[in-house]
Amino acid sequence: MYLSRIRVTLRKSILDPQGKAVEHAIGALGFQGVSNVRMGKYIELNVESSSAEEARLVTEDVCKKLLANPVMEDYHVEVEQA
Amino acid sequence: MIGSKVKFGIVVFPGSNCDYDAYYVCKRILGQETVFLWHKDTDLQGVDVVILPGGFSYGDYLRCGAIARFSPIMQEVMRFEARGGTIIGICNGFQILVEAGLLPGVLLRNKSLTFICKYVHLRVEKTGTRFTNQCSEGEVLEIPIAHGDGNYFTDEKSLQTLEENKQIVFRYCDRHGNVTDEANPNGSLGSIAGIINKRGNVLGMMPHPERASDPLLRHTDGQKVFRSVLQSFVSHSMGRDVAGAGYSLTAADGGRR
Repeated sequence: MYLSRIRVTLRKSILDPQGKAVEHAIGALGFQGVSNVRMGKYIELNVESSSAEEARLVTEDVCKKLLANPVMEDYHVEVEQA
Repeated sequence: MIGSKVKFGIVVFPGSNCDYDAYYVCKRILGQETVFLWHKDTDLQGVDVVILPGGFSYGDYLRCGAIARFSPIMQEVMRFEARGGTIIGICNGFQILVEAGLLPGVLLRNKSLTFICKYVHLRVEKTGTRFTNQCSEGEVLEIPIAHGDGNYFTDEKSLQTLEENKQIVFRYCDRHGNVTDEANPNGSLGSIAGIINKRGNVLGMMPHPERASDPLLRHTDGQKVFRSVLQSFVSHSMGRDVAGAGYSLTAADGGRR
């Protein structure tokens, strides 16, 4: 069994108004030098598989078909033994 | 056949909330045969037009419209589309259509981050489609929006294709028809409010024509979208099916009746 950790983030070219709003709030709290806030999603899932490589392929397929929309999002996958 | 009724099917997902409004307009205002299509159904019941209504299908989980596209009824809707069937996606329905790949692009969070519910003006960019044949070029329609994720986006190449093929049907504008940043409620690229696919049988729009169709509400511009669809079946029949075989869509569909 493998554990996949997935990060889905808005593509760099897409304006992230939610991140901008949070960035403003951070500034309003008095923090200085904090910038480029980007919001995203974190997803974990278990994959029954014989190898980490196979688990990664399955996870990436799931990302492409469902978890991320390639028009606006990128994804990053990390796989470890569960 | 001329005078024939057009059968509308309103898809109901868990979380749809404009399904009854759409049903009411098709059934009571237009006087057409109308049925609900449950998301678990696998039979379109011989409808001529499919409407994917507004709402929050599957709670907008993951992304708006992302889960709905995998429901059983959507597999039938995809087949219906492949046969050239007429499909209207309104608001959440538009989001489902882009997630399903039936229309290009995506609907991002509104630039303001807020849910916006108000009347807006739309300029008709393309007449003569199944959805706008009752409109005149540049006509300004007043139809409400109600969404948190209506900020249309697509990549540059895809936008260029939309422009070249004249697939942009509605743009947000002011009351005089000027497309300006001020009149763009949600930050949509090119002020895009509604698009059709290349073949012209699928319309996706964020504004709600079904909320501006009942004269009691004093706004009836939305009717033009539905009446255009009705007209498209009349012209269809006159042009290609005078022998009375029904709509050519039906005839092409191998004994769907």
